[in-house]
Amino acid sequence: MSDNHSKPHGYYTGDIHNQFVEEHYDPKNRSVIWRTFWILLFITIFEVAIAFAPIAHGILVITFIVLTIVKAYFIVAFFMHLKHEKLSFAYTIILPFVLIVYLIGMALAEGTYLNIWDSLF
Amino acid sequence: MAAEATMTQETGTKSMWNGGRSPFNVSWGKMMMWFFLVSDAFTFSSLIIAYGAMRHRFEAVWPKANDVFTHFPFIEGHIPLAYVGLMTFILIMSSVTMVLAVDAGHRRDNKGVAVWLFLTIIGGFMFLGSQAWEWYHFIHGTEVGAYLAPDGSVYRDVSNAYQLHASNPPAGSLVAPDYTLISDKSAIEAIKAKSEHIHGANLTHNEYGHPLFADFFFFITGFHGFHVFSGVMINIIIFLNVLAGVYSRRGHYEHIEKTGLYWHFVDLVWVFVFTFFYLV
Repeated sequence: MSDNHSKPHGYYTGDIHNQFVEEHYDPKNRSVIWRTFWILLFITIFEVAIAFAPIAHGILVITFIVLTIVKAYFIVAFFMHLKHEKLSFAYTIILPFVLIVYLIGMALAEGTYLNIWDSLF
Repeated sequence: MAAEATMTQETGTKSMWNGGRSPFNVSWGKMMMWFFLVSDAFTFSSLIIAYGAMRHRFEAVWPKANDVFTHFPFIEGHIPLAYVGLMTFILIMSSVTMVLAVDAGHRRDNKGVAVWLFLTIIGGFMFLGSQAWEWYHFIHGTEVGAYLAPDGSVYRDVSNAYQLHASNPPAGSLVAPDYTLISDKSAIEAIKAKSEHIHGANLTHNEYGHPLFADFFFFITGFHGFHVFSGVMINIIIFLNVLAGVYSRRGHYEHIEKTGLYWHFVDLVWVFVFTFFYLV
């Protein structure tokens, strides 16, 4: 690939918008992909292994949820390349999920409340 | 408008955004794929959160996944988590082949894209087959079955309540929904007399315990499975386009990136389903 510094690498999308998209191909991509694969595989095996270990249920649940979020990070950041998109775009995608955190709090509190309600009557 | 569009085509660097180029440096199509995935993630989140709420409500009588999904092909015995672990591996692997197809697209390697995309399609079919197998066993249930009392409680045979096996319970005992053991002969007969003998799970009853567990399982894994199926179909269309040389003529492989985003999202959802249905 010849490197022309006056013009950035990229292509025109060719659809009705015909936008110019900059492209930065990094030959190290493939080693990053395989590294991500091994991390995901290792975490999954680790999860299955500790599922039967004599560990308190609450600690296990928290461990599983944290590891799930770690796996989600690796999939979104490296497989979906969000880490290499502009930061403003990454925030546009990630920030709406604050609402999901809120919904989790609301819904689980409601479920727990109904559980207590059922046991009273 | 038409004149403006023509001018945009001619001057090239100007886009429809009126600012000259995308503020995000992401093409329109790719950005819309991301926004679709955000909305789809909200749908899946709502389903899983609803599952969580009902699980908190019926915590004492909620079935334990290790008692429900215990099979592995060609191997007899109680093997929880192994099969779903394998399914997770298949899906992660197909995500890797997909991202390698995207990578080959960046290098304009048409043959590489075709090979990796083909492997992704194979992985997708393997996952769908695994899910069909899992559903079959869940719907079919166990041979001994369970007893559904008129009040909706499910009394299972002790041979299917693996949690209690360490305490060596007498054979033929029943297990109440909250995992208390019923080994008294007359009590067992009384339960059997008033109850319906059921096998497996469907939308109205579930031999493993609370019927909502089966409803959420069918709905969430079914919705996810339908996403996988759509993804495989989209991948096949893109694969045929690659074979026909559509993208090498176009000069870029952005379509592979867009379908890749969708495929990784399907993998991402499975990571959460795996945790909240099988692990926790």
